[in-house]
Amino acid sequence: MPIHDQSYRHYKGQRAPQGRAWTVIATAGVKNMLGKRAFLGLLILAWLPFFYEATKLYLAANVPQLSIIAPSPRMFRDFLDHQVVFVFFITIFTGAGLIANDMRANALQIYLAKPLDRFEYIGGKFAVMAFFLLLVTWLPATMLVLVQIVFAGNFTFVSSNLFLLPAILVYTGIETTVLGLVMLALSSLSKSARFVGIMYAGIIFFTQALFGVVVAVTRDSAFSWMAPSSNLMQIGDLIFRLPGRFHASGLMTTVALVATVALAVFVLERRVRGVEVVT
Amino acid sequence: MTDPPAGPVVQIEHLSVFYGKQPALRDVTAVFPGGAVGLLGPNGSGKSTLLKALLGFVKPADGRMSVLGFDVAVSPSEIRARLGYMPEIDAHIPGMNAVSFVAYCGQLAGLPHVDAMQRAHEVLYYVGLGEARYRNVETYSTGMKQRIKLAQALVHDPDLLFLDEPTNGMDPKGREEMLELIRDLAHNKGVNLILSSHLLPDVEYTCDHVVVLHQARIATQGPIEELKGPRGSVFELRVKGDRVAFARVLDAAGMTSKAAEEDIMRVFVPDEKGALALFQLAAREGVQVRHLRPSVPTLEDVFAQAVGEE
Repeated sequence: MPIHDQSYRHYKGQRAPQGRAWTVIATAGVKNMLGKRAFLGLLILAWLPFFYEATKLYLAANVPQLSIIAPSPRMFRDFLDHQVVFVFFITIFTGAGLIANDMRANALQIYLAKPLDRFEYIGGKFAVMAFFLLLVTWLPATMLVLVQIVFAGNFTFVSSNLFLLPAILVYTGIETTVLGLVMLALSSLSKSARFVGIMYAGIIFFTQALFGVVVAVTRDSAFSWMAPSSNLMQIGDLIFRLPGRFHASGLMTTVALVATVALAVFVLERRVRGVEVVT
Repeated sequence: MTDPPAGPVVQIEHLSVFYGKQPALRDVTAVFPGGAVGLLGPNGSGKSTLLKALLGFVKPADGRMSVLGFDVAVSPSEIRARLGYMPEIDAHIPGMNAVSFVAYCGQLAGLPHVDAMQRAHEVLYYVGLGEARYRNVETYSTGMKQRIKLAQALVHDPDLLFLDEPTNGMDPKGREEMLELIRDLAHNKGVNLILSSHLLPDVEYTCDHVVVLHQARIATQGPIEELKGPRGSVFELRVKGDRVAFARVLDAAGMTSKAAEEDIMRVFVPDEKGALALFQLAAREGVQVRHLRPSVPTLEDVFAQAVGEE
C-alpha cells in the first residue's frame, strides 16, 4: 500500500497557551531520570541521612538523657553540609547530558522551531536539575523541621528559631541556582555528557585544591570565594546565622556567587541558539 | 489551526543577513504565495539561511519579514506555533522512541498530552513509519530519519511547512515516496509549504511556484509554468565544429546554452527569435547544424537562465 494512503487530517482540538513549553521539557526530563535504576538508587541513598537525623530527633524528644543531641540550627546546617556529596553526584548525573545530549543530536533546532524561546528551553532544563537538587536538600531539611515538631509535640524549637525554615529555603535555593546554572553552562559547551561530568568535577576539585594552596601559602582563608563549593559553605553559614568557617566577607562571598551565576547565564546565552555560526 | 491568510504566506523585503562579514543574503525581496513554493539554488546560495531567518534563528542586518501575516521581529512565537520545520541536518530528541519523540514535539507546540500522542501515531503512519514507531530514533536509517523529521514538523498541524532538503540521503524509492508525501500535503491536504532544495526535479515535481536564489540574491521568482513559458524557446542542438566557441557566440547573442548529453546542447532562445536566429548564427560562424529539435522548457532551463550557468 502506498504510504500516503494512511491519510493526514487537520487538528481541531485545544492548544495550550504559549509560555508553558518549559513544563513539558521539565516533566519529560524528570520522567527520563526517574526511569534510570542507578539514579533511583542514588536518590534513595541521598535520603538515608534524613532517616538518621529523624531518629536522632525522635530520641532527643523521647529520651531526656540524650539532651546532647537536642536539635539546634547547627544540626540543620550540618545536615545540608553532609548532603553536599549527594548534591555533587546528582548534579553530574542529572545535568551533564541535559544540553550536551541535545547538542549531540542537533535537537536545539527542533526545540527552537517550536513556540518556545531560548529562556523557556533553559528554564525547562533548569527545572529538571532544581527538582532533583531540592528533592535531596530542601525537602528533607524542611521535613526534618516538621518531624521535630511532631516528635516534640510543640512549637518551642521552631518558634525560638523562626529563621530556620526561610534559611533552609534560601540556602538550598542559592545552592540549586548556582550549581544548576554552572552545570547547564558546562553542558552547553560540549556534545559529550561524559566530558561535561569530568569538566564539572575538575572545576570543583581544582578550585578547591587551588584554595587549599592559597590557604597554605597565606595562612588565611579569606580567598574562599575562589572555590564555588567553599563559597557555598560560607554563604550557608551566614544564612544560618553561624560564624563563617572562612575569613571571606559576606559581601565578597555574595559577589563571587553572583559573578558565577552571571558567567553561567552569559555562556548559556551564547551557546543555546537555533543555529551555530562559525565565522 | 486558524485559517491562514488568503494572500502570500511569506513576504520578505530587502533582507540582508551576514555571518560575520560574509554575506549570506543580500537585499532579498521575495513573495511566497500559498501552496507549494520551491526555494531553489545551488549549495551556499542562502536557502537554509533564509528559512532560519524566517524562523528567527538568525538576526538580519537589514530588512523586514512577515510570515502568515505576523512580523518575524515582533511575533516569532506566534509564527512558530503555526509553522512546521524540517531541518536539513539529522536532528532528533535523544533517548526517545519515534512515537514519544513526535508526541513530545506536539506537546512542545501546545497540544495536550493525549491529543499529541494520538496525532503522533497518525502522523507516523502517514509518513510510513507506523511499523517502526516504537523503535529508538537513534537506530533509524537515514531515510527513516528524514521521515521522522517530517512527522515532527507535521504533528501540530501547521499552516506552513519549511522543508529543508527533505530528500537528502534517501534512496530512489524513499525519495519518490517522500516527494509523493510532499505533493500530497500541498495539493490534497491544504498545507502551505516551502521546499528548499538544490534538486530541480524535486521542486518541479512538488511545487507550483519557485524562488531561485543565487549568490545570496534572488535570481528569479514566479509560477513555474509561467517561468518556463512564453518568453522564449528551447532547442536541442548538435553542431559540427568548435562547440565551445559556438557556445560563447550563443551566449554573446543572449542565448543561454548548456551541455545536455554527450554532444547535444540545450539552447534557450529568448523572445521570438526562434530557430532562424540559431541557423543565422551557425552560418555566420561556419558551424554545421546536424540536429535541431524544439524541446519543452524545464525548470532546469529556467534555473540555468536565471543564474547564468552552463
